[in-house]
Amino acid sequence: MPDGQIQITARGAFMTQLWRENPIFRQVLGICSALAVTNLMFNTLLMCGGLIWATTLSAVTFSLLRNYTPQRVRMMVAVLIISVYVIIVDIAMRVWFPDVHRQIAAYVGLIITNCIIMGRLEVFASKNPPTLAFWDGLGSGLGYSFILMSVAAVREVLGFGTMFGLAVPWREVWWHQWTIMVMPPGAFFVLGLATWAARSYAMKREGGDKEAKT
Amino acid sequence: MTAGASILAQITVAQQAPGLMAIFFAAAITDNILLTRFLGMCSYLSISRQMKSAVGLGAAVVVVTACTAALNAALYWHVLKPLGLEVSLQLILFIIVIAAFVQLLEMIVERVSLTLYFSLGVFLPLITVNCAILGASLFMINKDYQVVEGLVYGAGAGVGWMLAIVLLAGIRYRLRNAKIPAALEGPGITLIISGIMALAFIGFSGLIKS
Repeated sequence: MPDGQIQITARGAFMTQLWRENPIFRQVLGICSALAVTNLMFNTLLMCGGLIWATTLSAVTFSLLRNYTPQRVRMMVAVLIISVYVIIVDIAMRVWFPDVHRQIAAYVGLIITNCIIMGRLEVFASKNPPTLAFWDGLGSGLGYSFILMSVAAVREVLGFGTMFGLAVPWREVWWHQWTIMVMPPGAFFVLGLATWAARSYAMKREGGDKEAKT
Repeated sequence: MTAGASILAQITVAQQAPGLMAIFFAAAITDNILLTRFLGMCSYLSISRQMKSAVGLGAAVVVVTACTAALNAALYWHVLKPLGLEVSLQLILFIIVIAAFVQLLEMIVERVSLTLYFSLGVFLPLITVNCAILGASLFMINKDYQVVEGLVYGAGAGVGWMLAIVLLAGIRYRLRNAKIPAALEGPGITLIISGIMALAFIGFSGLIKS
């Protein structure tokens, strides 16, 4: 990881998190919620919103406090900062989307222990100024959301025949309920296959880059 | 949509079982915290390469989940609820209880038995970031479990988690000589195996009637 000598640009920090070091494929972090909330796209969207909010803002806050936080209590400070933002998400969701909140409340609380946030605070925000931390946090939040939304799209279309609760076109003609997609195993299968696809694409590209250089 | 919603409703109804035995087995098997609730995936994926560490971590999770679930239930129902602070302080309280409990347990284990410390102690810090622990407490509150039920639910959830990680470690051991496409190795194949395991666990779902 960069440790101060290397110049990191905001764009670089953002893009690295978004794709090259994508939290889910590359670092295998934050899988819990990736699997649990993805059977409906709308729930997933709210969850991603909450995660992006919490990751970005806690990265900025942690980075602002980085010179005042004693090394020893660093983890505790990080957890408390994250919990403050997560509680805001929890209360906001309780007010605006009570139905969704009832289904995913526990997972919203679990954003606190989501390893993506903790990892980014520990590795990046503790050593870099707030602006960079902001882009890094936003990038990892969006990278995570992008995978979650694709998994949710597959599961909702195959499992319910809807997208964001609206029926897909010509539903009667081709669609047949695939119950397993709504249930837990479906989540494992879709995410497993998605990881496979993304990794083999990345491998191919890296191979291509090497050939181009030599 | 309606068909799907009714399936989801059925899944949740099956989990509301009375009686302590029923709560235990529901938490451990039909409502397995790892395979149906997806909690604690990070350490599940990374620690399951070796059987020995899987068993050690699993045992530590059982102890910590059971104790913190009971503690959190006591604090939630007898302190936070009467004060009317359950919405704003629940999460912070739970996470602090878990962190403090793990720290305390580590010190006690170190004092009492060094052998136990070296076989179990290394896994304790990992547990603070294991979301299965916090998750068990949160689900317990969702289900309105009191202290004793919370203890049993926590123990059940911990045993279920241990069962899953030990099974996976066994399967991964057997896979060592298998030919797997390079891009599927690691997390990819582990997720697909877990999917098959989750399918098997769904087979138990008629076992506990509400």
